[in-house]
Parts: sequence; C-alpha cells; structure tokens
Amino acid sequence: MRKTAFLTLLSHWRRHPFQLVTLVLGLALATALWSGVQAINAEARASYDAAADAVGGSRPVIVAPTGDMDEAQYVTLRRAGWLVTPVVEGWMMTDQGRVRLVGIDPLTAPPDVAAAGVAVDGGLGAFLTAPGRILAAPATAARLSSGDLPPVTATEGLAPSLAFTDIGVAQRLLEKEGRLSRLIVLDTQPLNRPALSDIAPELEFRPSGGQADLARLTDSFHLNLAAFGLLSFAVGLFIVHGAIGLAFEQRRPVFRTLRALGLPARDLTWLLVVELLVLALLSGALGVALGYLIAAALLPDVAATLRGLYGAPVEGALTIRPAWWAAGMGIAVAGTAVAATGALWKIARLPVLAPARPRAWARASQSTLWLQLAAAAALVLVSLVSGLFGSGLVAGFLMLGALLIAAALTLPALLSGFLALAARTARSATAEWFWADTRQQLPGLSLALMALLLALSANIGVGTMVSSFRLTFTGWLDQRLASELYVSAETAEDAAALVAFVEPRVDAILPIWNVEAEIAGAPAEIYGVADHTTYRDNWPLLARLPDVWDRVAAGDAVLVNEQLARRDGLWPGTMLPVPGGPPMEVAGVYSDYGNPLAQVLIGIDALTTRFPDVERLNFGLRLDPAEKDALATALITEFGLPPENLVDQNALKGFSIEVFDRTFTVTGALNVLTLAVAGFAILTSLLTLASTRLPQLAPVWALGLTRADLARIELGRALMLASLTMVAAIPVGLVLAWVLLAVINVEAFGWRLPMHLFPRDWLVLGVLALLAAGLASLWPALRLSRTEPAVLLKVFTNER
Amino acid sequence: MKDKVYAAFLILLLTPATALSQGFAGMGQSADGFAMPDPETRFSFPADHGPHPDFRIEWWYLTANLTGDDGRDYGIQWTLFRSATASGDDTQSGWNSPQLWMGHAAVTTPDAHHSTERFARNGIGQAGVEASPFHAWIDEWSMQGPSLKNVNVTAQGTDFGYDLSFDAQGPFILQGEQGFSVKSEAGQASHYYSQPFYEVSGKLMLPDGEVSVTGSGWLDREWSSQPLTADQTGWDWVSLHFDDGAKLMGYRLRDASGGAYAVGTWIEPNGETFPFPNGVLQAEPLVITDVDGREVPTSWRVALPARGVDVEIHAVNPQSWMDTTVAYWEGPVRITGSHTGRGYLEMTGYD
Repeated sequence: MRKTAFLTLLSHWRRHPFQLVTLVLGLALATALWSGVQAINAEARASYDAAADAVGGSRPVIVAPTGDMDEAQYVTLRRAGWLVTPVVEGWMMTDQGRVRLVGIDPLTAPPDVAAAGVAVDGGLGAFLTAPGRILAAPATAARLSSGDLPPVTATEGLAPSLAFTDIGVAQRLLEKEGRLSRLIVLDTQPLNRPALSDIAPELEFRPSGGQADLARLTDSFHLNLAAFGLLSFAVGLFIVHGAIGLAFEQRRPVFRTLRALGLPARDLTWLLVVELLVLALLSGALGVALGYLIAAALLPDVAATLRGLYGAPVEGALTIRPAWWAAGMGIAVAGTAVAATGALWKIARLPVLAPARPRAWARASQSTLWLQLAAAAALVLVSLVSGLFGSGLVAGFLMLGALLIAAALTLPALLSGFLALAARTARSATAEWFWADTRQQLPGLSLALMALLLALSANIGVGTMVSSFRLTFTGWLDQRLASELYVSAETAEDAAALVAFVEPRVDAILPIWNVEAEIAGAPAEIYGVADHTTYRDNWPLLARLPDVWDRVAAGDAVLVNEQLARRDGLWPGTMLPVPGGPPMEVAGVYSDYGNPLAQVLIGIDALTTRFPDVERLNFGLRLDPAEKDALATALITEFGLPPENLVDQNALKGFSIEVFDRTFTVTGALNVLTLAVAGFAILTSLLTLASTRLPQLAPVWALGLTRADLARIELGRALMLASLTMVAAIPVGLVLAWVLLAVINVEAFGWRLPMHLFPRDWLVLGVLALLAAGLASLWPALRLSRTEPAVLLKVFTNER
Repeated sequence: MKDKVYAAFLILLLTPATALSQGFAGMGQSADGFAMPDPETRFSFPADHGPHPDFRIEWWYLTANLTGDDGRDYGIQWTLFRSATASGDDTQSGWNSPQLWMGHAAVTTPDAHHSTERFARNGIGQAGVEASPFHAWIDEWSMQGPSLKNVNVTAQGTDFGYDLSFDAQGPFILQGEQGFSVKSEAGQASHYYSQPFYEVSGKLMLPDGEVSVTGSGWLDREWSSQPLTADQTGWDWVSLHFDDGAKLMGYRLRDASGGAYAVGTWIEPNGETFPFPNGVLQAEPLVITDVDGREVPTSWRVALPARGVDVEIHAVNPQSWMDTTVAYWEGPVRITGSHTGRGYLEMTGYD
C-alpha cells in the first residue's frame, strides 16, 4: 500500500518535470550561495590558523615592545638558560605582490614547525649557507619568481602565503640584518633560569603569540560574506516554498483519493516527508557542488583582497573540507523543512472529504496583514535596541537583519494599501476587476515580492556603501598622495646622495620615515612628518585643535588616524603615551582608509629624537608635475636609482584603486547572484498562480476579454508589482547603506564614511528588476494567451 | 618529528637522510674541501684546545666517575660537538657560518639516567670554544677556567644539573702516534688527545635534591674530517681509571662484516704513554641488556695481556641510554678482576 502510494505521489513529478527542476534548482541555488560563501570563509580561516601554527603555534613569545629586537638578545637569553627560538618576519615585494617571509632557525625550532623538518630533510647545509633556500607551499612558490631570490622549493603541507627560509637569509632579504621579530619560548625549559626582567628588562613575555589579531581584523570581512550568503539562502528558500506549495496544491486530488482508499493521514504525511528529504538531499548535493564552483571562482579575488587589505596569508586555491559538505547538506534539508512545514501541516489535517479541486489562493485576510505588521514593528524595535545599546559587529548585523525582515514583512500591507487606494480610481469594470484581482493574488505573490525587496534593497544598500566608499577613497587618495614622486634609497649613504641629487631639482623633499611600535597596547606605525604646506593644505583632518600643524612641527603634539581615535577614544585634547619620551597631546585626527593598523604622526624632529635608529631612506618629492617624467628619467639614468625604488604618484593611486576594486568584486558578484535568485522566485510564484487561476480567468474571458488581453494584463500586473517593490526598496536600501557606513564600517575597520546618493544606479537597478519580473511573467503570460478555448470552457463543465 | 628534524645533525647535514647507512651518524662520508688529519702535525697548546674549523667534526668530551656524600656512585657527561656543513668557515660570519654545535649532558645514578641535548648556530655567540683563557659553551652550559687544566663545568636539563670543578693532576696525553689516531686498516684517522688526570669536586642537582660529589674525570679531544670508513657501523670505547693510578683507553670499531679494529693507549700514573696496535686489546661482551628495545652489552671482559690486565667491567646503571637525536649508550662502569677501579663506557651503533 505504502509503496503504491509513494509511487503514485512520485508520478506527479514525472508529469511535471519543470516543477521538479524548479524545486531542485531553487534549493540547489540557495545551498550553492550559502555553502560557497562558507567555503571561502572556511578556507581563509584555515589559512590563518595554519599561518599562526606555522611558527610556534600557541607557544608564549618574547617580544620587544618597540618592534624588532637585536639578535644579541637571543644569544643573551639562550646563554642565560632560556630555551627560545628566533623568528624574523616581514613583507617581501615580488613582481606578483607582497609575500610574508618568515625566517626560522631549524636547529632550535620546535619540532612541530613543518618548514624546519623540510629544511632538514632537503639538506640542512644548503638551507643554512648562502645562497640558502626558500620553502613555500606550491601556490605561494609560484608567486616567488623574482630574479635575486634564493632557489625556491615548492613544498606541500606548508602554511599558505608564507615563505620560509633560514633566519640569516630572511634578515638579508628583509633588510633586517641583526634584527629579530620575536622569540618563541619552547615547551621544555631547564631546571634553573633567571627571571626575564633580570637579563633583558626591555623585552616582554607574552603568554601566547599567534595571529589572533588577524582573525579579529578580518572578522568583519567574513561576517560580511556570511551575511550575504544567508541573504541569498533566504531568497532561495522563497523559491523552494513556492515550488513545494505548487506541488502540494496540484496533488490535492491525489491526496484525497489516497486517503479515501484508506491510507492514514500519518502515513501520507510521512511519505511526503521522505519524498522531500530525498529531493532535499539531491538538491543539497547539487548545491554544494555548485557552491564549490562559486567559491573556487571567487576565492582568488577574496584572497588577493585579504592579502592586500589586511596582510592575511591566504592563497587562491580551494581545498575541499568535509565540514562544509556536511553543513551544505544540512542547510538544504533544514531549508526544505522550513519551506515545507506549512504545506505538510495542512496535508496532515486534510479532511478526507475535502473538495478535490485545486483551490485558488485565499484572499489575504486583514488579520494576516496586521500580524505581519505587528511582527515587523517588533523587529524594528529589535533593530533599534541592538543599534542603540548593542556594540560590536554582531549587534550591527543583527540590526541589519531585523531591519530587512521588518521591511519585507511590511511590504504586503503596503502593497495591499496601495492597491486599495488605486482601486478607488478605477473608472471601468475591467480596471476594477484588475485591481481586485491583483489584491487577491497578493498573498500568493507576496513571498516572491519580499524576496525581490530583499534582493533589491541589499543591492541598493551595498551599492551605495561601495560607491560612497570609493568616492571618499579616491578623494582621500588625492589628498594623501600629494607628492609627485616617491623615492627610496638602499642605504643611509645612498639616501644622502639622493637628497643632494634631487635638492636643486624639486620644490621640496618630504621625508617618509617611520618606525613600528606599540601604542595603547597594540601594534602601530609612527610616521615623522615634515613641516610643509603639502601637509597643511592636503592632509585629510577629521578633527583638529587650533594651530595643529605648528604644534606637530614643534614636537609637542601628534596626529592619530581615525581607527586609533575611535578604538581608544583618542580625540583632540587627550594625552597619548608615545615610546621614547613623555606623552604627547593628540592635536588632530585624520582619515586613513585601508590601513588595518593604528598610526601616529609626529614631527620629523621628534621622530628622530625619540627613535634615533629610524631608517631614513624614503622620501616624497614635490615638484612641478610637468617636470616629473624628466626627473624620474634623470634619477634612473643619471643617478642610477633602481627603477623599483621610484614610484610615480599616479601609479601608486592606480594600485590603491585596483586593490579597492578587487576588494568589492566579490560583493558585486554576490549582488548579481542574489538578484537572479529573486527573479527566479517570481517566476516560480507566477507559475504556481497561473495554473490555479484558470477558474478565475475563465469567467472574465467568457465576458469578452480576449486571451491576449488577459496575457497583457498579467504581464502589466507583474511589472507594476515589481516597480512598487523597487520603490519600496529604495528607502530600505538607503537605511541599509547608512547602517553599513555608520555602524558596520566603524566596528569593522574603524572608520566612518560619508554617505553619497547615486540615483542613476537605482534607475539601472529598477530597469533590471523590471526586466527580471517581466521575463519571469512573460512565460506564464504567453502560456495563458495560447490556452485552448476548450480548456477555459472546461472550467464551467468540470467539478465546479 | 623531532627525530626527523634533528637526526641530520651528526649525519652531517650535507645530504638527505639516506646517509644513515654510511656508518654511524654519517661519519663515513667523504671530506671534500676539508682539511685531512696529517701524521706530521704536532699539537701546540693552548691553541689546539680551541676549535679547528677546517676539519669537519670535532669534540670536547668530558666524563667523570663520582662518589656522592651519600656513598653512591655517579657519573656525568659534558660534551660539545662541532660540525661543519660546508668548508670555508673564515669567509662567512653570523648566521651564514656553516658551523653548527651540539651539546650533550647527562648524569647517571645507579637507578636513573638523565640526559639532554642542545643545538646552536655558530657565528652569533650562542655556542663556541675559546682556547685561552679556556671557555667552551653552548647556551647556559659552560666549561670555563684560566686554562683547560682547571675548569668549572656546568650543565642542566629539565630535571637535573651539575656544577663541578675539574683540576688536572697530570699532563695531556697524546693518543695514537703523537696524537695521530688511526681508525681503520684503510688509514682513516683523527687528531686525538686526552686529559685523564682530573680531580673533580662539586655538586649534582637531582630530582631528590643536591648531592656533593668528588671523583676523577677524563677529557677527550678529537677532530677529523672522516674518522670512519663507510662499512664501520659503530664503536665500543672505554676509559678506565685503575686504583693504582694507571689508565687505559681502548676502543673497538665494528664493521658490517662482524670484524673489528681495536686499538688503545696504556697510560702510566706519571703520564707515560704506550699506544698498542690493532689486535692486542681483547674485549668480549658478558651481559646483554635490553635497553629501550635494543640489545646492548653492558658488561665486558677486557684484557690487555701485555700489561697483565684481565678485568670485567660492569655498568653502574645498565640503562645509561643517551636518548638524544643521535642516540647511544654512555655511562660509568665499575672494574673488577686483575685490576680494580672505575671508568666510562661508550657504545654507538646499537640502534
């Protein structure tokens, strides 16, 4: 009995293959976007962990609070009985971007440092002695093709995006001769050793090293992606809901017959559950596979972004992780369950003698609308509370999520109200029928329209955010990169010769000297700034004391970047402890986009007083832009400056914008995908409706409207509803953009951006939305216009 | 993993780990670019107490038989190995130096054996040897004094340590022919001298507390670039302090075919030396002990008929296994038979 019943139920799909495709595809798409995003996040996080574990793992470290330490400190500690191993690391420029170079000592490295084991197996002598060896994971090794590097050995199993070499080789390549970044404290220590403060009071013991900072820094980025994935999944669920609803609606006669033949309601429900489970697993598998493709396509850009923006060690190669396969399947099944609960609930309570005819969707009851409005109000409240009292990224995203769902829930009431108003303007019977019929269809379409609203407002919100950011960023770059040329020397002698060479040819030489230090307990950069109109005229200050530049030049005040100011409340007037001397007053705050680190600007004299060892190799040159090319040529041909030591302002700007654009490639791609999913949702909803609406259309047809008229009306209705949704999406999208700019960005990056409006983008998006809705309704409308009159006539003769 | 990382140290770091088959700890490799031992070489002290970077390997090997104020027998070892991954030390400094250092330290009690090891790069000051005033060190371990005749020796591990002073009561002893010590029929050789006349006093730090000790110590200094032939698989070495003041150093280099090359030096109480050629020293295992899954002979019959020596030596602690990257057996022994006394036994190649 059950087997026969099950086969009977399944036969529906054989007769309606398109419905099957819709259901499977909808669920697969939703799962694909979700699991693709998860795969990207998992890959990046695994890379951070691998990088953190690559040298020392969670062992304690000894660091110098002011930055690097002298390698003599290492020997001092070892000879006092502290078993530590040295690490020197830094960025190395290659033709294909930056690579993090890690110098290790394979003799003292802890046994779990994979690179040390590889170094030994591959011949320690070659690793230790000139020219040395560089070991890197294959993807990273491929990026290390510069001419003057030691031989590179591609090695499976090393942490991605890191290049390992002997400590001496690393010091040379990083120009850190005699310097070490940190000492890792080994697990076993001898019987007796003096306190660290007795032998090296200037060093600091930290219970755990690692790259926790990186995870914190990039959290926002990953949360962003995850939110997008979730949004896509939610939109995808609307498709599934539509398809399941249709399938159940059409099979009502079958259900009734099966029940009448003696199949208990329980069994029927369970059979349907099994059917859905099979479909969910099938679609889930398809979705995860699709998700893998999406992730593989997007990951190179994501990796480039993470490297460029945060210096995070991620490569563009994706590995398959069982965890997200399982998660993808799980979410497909869970999504199906959510989408099908309502339908299953009805089947379980279906009376045996229920009418067998397909039932048109009931008109929305006033109470449903009120319920939705009440839920929306509650969500707005949640959003407000988390916005006002919450802190951190999660609160920000909670605020966003609640706001979006509230907007979606408000949409049916809004549309219903609009249609009621519009109905009053109707002057003809056809128009009155159009408005009334549209209102009646609203419940069936509202889920699809909500999906459209979500997709559109996400598009508007994210688009506004990205465009505002880009506008601000380019303007800021113009201010910030005021010098026409940027040059750097190899040694102090070269620097002196360079200055002497350019001095008569330029308007000003601006030193760009900096040290890495610790400010307010976190790593920071301290830059020296010359007293020059370049800064007075251009530097983008957000807040300032009077005479800010005079005071900075005098050396008794500093400027801090916005990230640092927001993080530690360091606004003008507060005092900031700066290493190497007494605390200094914060005299101004400047915007510093794209920099994950805290930054402090002090007078150039104060810098050299406080940090006498600061490297004085980099300079910005101010000159007439017309003479820029001539000077660049002279520097290379006459002075002999290596071309890579000279950067043109335009090149630098171009590079920065390129990094910026790459950052949001992923966002753009996800935007398009989400809109596509929403269009698909409308299509399925309309198809669902179309097949059940014949009984309503047949009388109208019988009264004299042609099938072509009916089709045109259907098409027009879809376009009108899409336009209305688009109009509603604009304010929602703008609120979303505001939250992203003023809340999420501040939490995630530490800077607040001004919001700009881009109405032309809305127009484009509106056209896209109409196109999507039009395309989605075109097919049902065409089918309607070609419906045999006999079919329409049958409505009057059949069961009804 | 640890083994994988470090095994290469004495494997001499030049080739991948397959070199293990080439004699114990890779000492059977060729000596390209390195200086070779020369029978015409005459030592000059104190300069030759310092390192000889032109040679590939070198060691400062100190052992001592001690008696505690608790009446128990103890033994200690302090060793510094130098190894060059490439020749030409003088041209490269800092981290680029091809010279590496390895330290071994151990304390043996009748019921426990504590051992540990250290590794260090040359050229940065983490380890090294200076001839005069004498100073050999790796990390916080050191062997230091106005001269090698009079040094203070310290080392420690996670659960043991020692602080001992060594005071030489006799001359340095040149092994082999004027310090040229032949290791095989094929003529493999090293430069080799000893100081077997140390009086030792100081204290041991053990898990149960400190113990004051006195006793006698023995220093071996040896350097070469290829001391073993490829088919020599290990050695058994003894340094014996007889109660009548005479000393005996002897070793047996085993080869893969089961044969051995055994030589040594008889040392009179006044420091007069009598090296003896291959085939004179008799050595036969008496007791085989299971040491961490390996079969190691921990009691021997040693006979040197020309000197009327026919003794049995028994390990104070048969489990004196040096569980270091390059592992071997090294511990104090008691002597019974024609002569009595104490000494040290070292056995390699029993992995």
